[in-house]
Amino acid sequence: MQSLENLRRKNILTFILLGVFVAFVLRLASLQLFNNDYKTFADSNAFFKKTIYPARGLIFDRNGELMVYNKPSYDVMLVMREMINFDTLDFCKTVGITKQDFIQRIEEVKDRRRNPGYSSYTPQVFLSQLPVNTYGVLQEKLFRFKGVSVRSRTLREYMQPVAAHALGYVAEVNRRDMDEDPYYVMGDYSGRSGIEKQYEKDLRGIKGVEVLLRDAHGRVKGRYDEGKHDIKAMPGKDLTLSIDMELQKYAEKLMVNKRGAVVAIEPKTGEILAYVSAPTYDPGLLVGRNRAANYKALESSPHKIFLNRPIQSNYPPGSTFKPAQALVLLQEGIIVPNTIYSCFHGYYFAPGHKVGCHTHPSPLALAPAIANSCNAYFCAGYRAMMDSHKYPNIQEAMDTWKDYMVSLGYGYKLGVDLPYEKRGMIPNSKYYNKWYGKNGWRGATIISNAIGQGEVLATPMQIANLCATIANKGWFFTPHIVKKIKGGVLDTLYTKRHVTMIDSSNFKPVIEGMYESVMHGTSVGVAVPGINVCGKTGTAQNTGGKDHSIFMCFAPMENPRICLLVFVENGGFGASCAVPMASLLLEKYLTGKIADNRIWKEDILLNQNLMQFVPR
Amino acid sequence: MDWWTFSLYVILAVFGCISIYGASYDFDHTSFFDISQRSGKQMVWLGMSLCIGVLILHIEANNFFSWSFFIYLAMMGVLLLTVVVAPEIKGSRSWLVIGPFSIQPAEFAKFATCLVLSRFMSSYNFNINHSRNAIIVAGIILLPMMLVFFQNETGTALVFLSLMMMLYREGMPGIILFLMVCFAGFFLIGIRFGDIYFLTNTSWGQFAVLLITLLVVCGMLLIYRKDHQTPKMLLTWNLVFLGVGVLVNVFGWWMFNICYLQLILLALTFIYLAFQSLKTRSAVYLLIGFFTIASAGFLYSTDYAFDEVLEPHQQIRIKVLLGMEDDPTGAGYNVNQSKIAIGSGGFFGKGFLNGTQTKLKYVPEQDTDFIFCTVGEEQGFVGSVIVLGLYIGLLLRLITLAERQQSAFSRIYGYCVVSILFFHVFINIGMVLGLLPVIGIPLPFFSYGGSSLWAFTILLFIFLRLDADREQRR
Repeated sequence: MQSLENLRRKNILTFILLGVFVAFVLRLASLQLFNNDYKTFADSNAFFKKTIYPARGLIFDRNGELMVYNKPSYDVMLVMREMINFDTLDFCKTVGITKQDFIQRIEEVKDRRRNPGYSSYTPQVFLSQLPVNTYGVLQEKLFRFKGVSVRSRTLREYMQPVAAHALGYVAEVNRRDMDEDPYYVMGDYSGRSGIEKQYEKDLRGIKGVEVLLRDAHGRVKGRYDEGKHDIKAMPGKDLTLSIDMELQKYAEKLMVNKRGAVVAIEPKTGEILAYVSAPTYDPGLLVGRNRAANYKALESSPHKIFLNRPIQSNYPPGSTFKPAQALVLLQEGIIVPNTIYSCFHGYYFAPGHKVGCHTHPSPLALAPAIANSCNAYFCAGYRAMMDSHKYPNIQEAMDTWKDYMVSLGYGYKLGVDLPYEKRGMIPNSKYYNKWYGKNGWRGATIISNAIGQGEVLATPMQIANLCATIANKGWFFTPHIVKKIKGGVLDTLYTKRHVTMIDSSNFKPVIEGMYESVMHGTSVGVAVPGINVCGKTGTAQNTGGKDHSIFMCFAPMENPRICLLVFVENGGFGASCAVPMASLLLEKYLTGKIADNRIWKEDILLNQNLMQFVPR
Repeated sequence: MDWWTFSLYVILAVFGCISIYGASYDFDHTSFFDISQRSGKQMVWLGMSLCIGVLILHIEANNFFSWSFFIYLAMMGVLLLTVVVAPEIKGSRSWLVIGPFSIQPAEFAKFATCLVLSRFMSSYNFNINHSRNAIIVAGIILLPMMLVFFQNETGTALVFLSLMMMLYREGMPGIILFLMVCFAGFFLIGIRFGDIYFLTNTSWGQFAVLLITLLVVCGMLLIYRKDHQTPKMLLTWNLVFLGVGVLVNVFGWWMFNICYLQLILLALTFIYLAFQSLKTRSAVYLLIGFFTIASAGFLYSTDYAFDEVLEPHQQIRIKVLLGMEDDPTGAGYNVNQSKIAIGSGGFFGKGFLNGTQTKLKYVPEQDTDFIFCTVGEEQGFVGSVIVLGLYIGLLLRLITLAERQQSAFSRIYGYCVVSILFFHVFINIGMVLGLLPVIGIPLPFFSYGGSSLWAFTILLFIFLRLDADREQRR
């Protein structure tokens, strides 16, 4: 009896033992086999994926001269947990802040709402982008400040404060950038405008990852698996621009105290040699600690500094449109080079209504009409085309004309390799049908288009492109600013010739007219001794202030190496400001210097201030 | 000697050394046998343990019987000394520092207590159900327990309670174990649901405990008195009164705490049972009646005990375990990280030395109390189950050995060993798996530490020696 009871008790104990065993095995199974969360927890605990930032691609000018590079910048990092016996006052003095700043900044760092990744064990950014000299002092004293370390990252640095609008700038990515491209994470930089934006994917390179092991306190304990899972960072591709640094610098110098644009294109390649939007700024202002303040100051300027004028401002092209007009009229057979029209100090398109013109011999054939920029000639020609019986109706005539203009690069985005380009404006028949009704308009109604006023709008880049097309006698490459991507290829858009709808033979009289214009017409001021220049002035009327001064030219005539477009807002008659500037730029580019006997021209331009008038 | 037990012991201890190597592995150190490292040291302890084991196996078995009192008294002296002279390390005064060595006498008090218990309980005429004997047994257990408790080693002190298991085998009424479970349950329910109210201001926890008390009383009446009448009556009247009480509350005629009504009913129950006791001349009714008083008293002292007796960190541990507080960075941190370590191991584990969770010190105490994490993470489900299986195999083997003893002394000692080892394994692994509150006691043969390894070795090898001698001892 006793032993039976003992056996029962032994069995109960054994049963309890086995029960515990089963319970533990079930628990192990639920933890290890039926729950994957713990694996993720363990990984996010242990693996610290340190991003290795690649160097951003460098930017060179067409002659291989360095324009943009990266300079190290230093962020001061603090590990709160390690700040023992900290000499706050000495630290503040060293990094150049007050004690109040220090206390405030510490509070900001510790605030988890503003700094979600805060941990008292890991380095936190205390001050970013320390000036180099301050960094030097701090580096020497670093051993005294426990818990302080310095992290280096790179910022853009510019060799010379030029070409701001072409280069653009980089800025920290915002939420939208991160949503659009998962490549970016908080704190990354990306190009925000200009080349930096357009070629972001080439310039940024590929971030690398170093898989590190992190202990319970967030301290890095070494590399995981001897770095086998690391990804090497790929540095960004270097860009060679088509910009000629010397020409660019000189153009910016001449555009001082003026609003407007200068575009120089090498006609044979479509490469942009100079790209000025005035007023311009030092691109270095948008880098570093004062970036926000500088940006605000620039943005609030009434001169619209951030407007990228060569591709973003739609101006009426004025008389620079006449060569294009002449090409279309010739091609359509409305005129021949010897067609002459009379000028009565203007063109009467209706009794008592005329488009005015200045004093010059009359009547004129095409070339002298271009040389003298005769409004009457082109009004007559344009009207002849619009009202011609060659076309079933005016709509047909209008659209034919439009198609020619589009083939010359007007009316649509050219496709320049810079972001935010505007398309200009070439009206079509629908546009006027809408305004005037289907039968409500005739050649005379839209006569202003003949001389680049009216509804026609063009960006300076489109005008410069027309000039290149004329220089090439009928074809162009889409203007582009990047000549070469190291280890990459250019978009075929920039390596494919665009052939216009105008026969090459029709360019001869136009070029002749532009040459005459320089010899004894409106563009005489552009003449450079020893070089045959072809040019065309333009004056675009605008609603406020003086007329815009426009001038386009190319040289040398026999073998064009440069096409130039100078656009000076409120610069008055074309010849007064844009022409001498173009002359100097041509000389600078083609001869490499300015002759001593022409320095006076430069002085006049440098002293000219056209910025008193502030546009609304 | 029983080679099964010996083999299991060696396998577990070696597995332990390997795990300690894994747990304390730093990327700078690679040598397994470097004795400046914990795994190297543990190897040294293990070697010395084996020497001690061999020594014990060569001692005449009778000596353990004869020396038991001296050993016990000496150990109690050392424990007392420890309480007085030990320096405070991490809040406890349990380490005795002798030159370069520090030992934990509390670990050695276990086998001493086992020896003396076995000797006392195996004496002629011993009967655990005689109160004088029971009180002496309780005294033998409580003395070291108190001394250890004063060293602030609550976990180790609790280990002595595991001897209840042995006492059960040796004839202690099962009701005592049941009552202990009951009161532990009351404690947990009281804490967990004590602050949740229903109706006006009736605490769910108190209501539930008082109701369970009533049900237990009814159950005991059925089992011990085969009395069907009384439980029926008690249940009926209780339900009627409680029902009315609840209705009165629901309709808002009189808002009062239902628990007071329950207390009055329990008091009436007690009076009724006392009356029955006199009428039937049976003490059982009275004892059952006392259970009601004890339960109610216990319940109302629980809050006080919880707030005043337990240390704040112990309170939080219990609250976290009961899911009353969510604190993954504070008190729940250890257990949470331990679960992550084990859970991330998967079926086959991450492989030896590949556990990130343990290598990078996410789990505190990972080479001592939380050593099982390393197994779970690096050896996975397979390794964990094997280790668990080894322990259960060892315990079952020890039960078998204990049962085959001819002498009461050896058998009782055997069950002491089983009880203590089982308690350690149960509490330790339960804690690591997040099933039990964090009570810091080592995993036998596995956790880093010379004192505990030696103490367990002595505990086990004395039994092996007794077993080897079983034919001579009758």
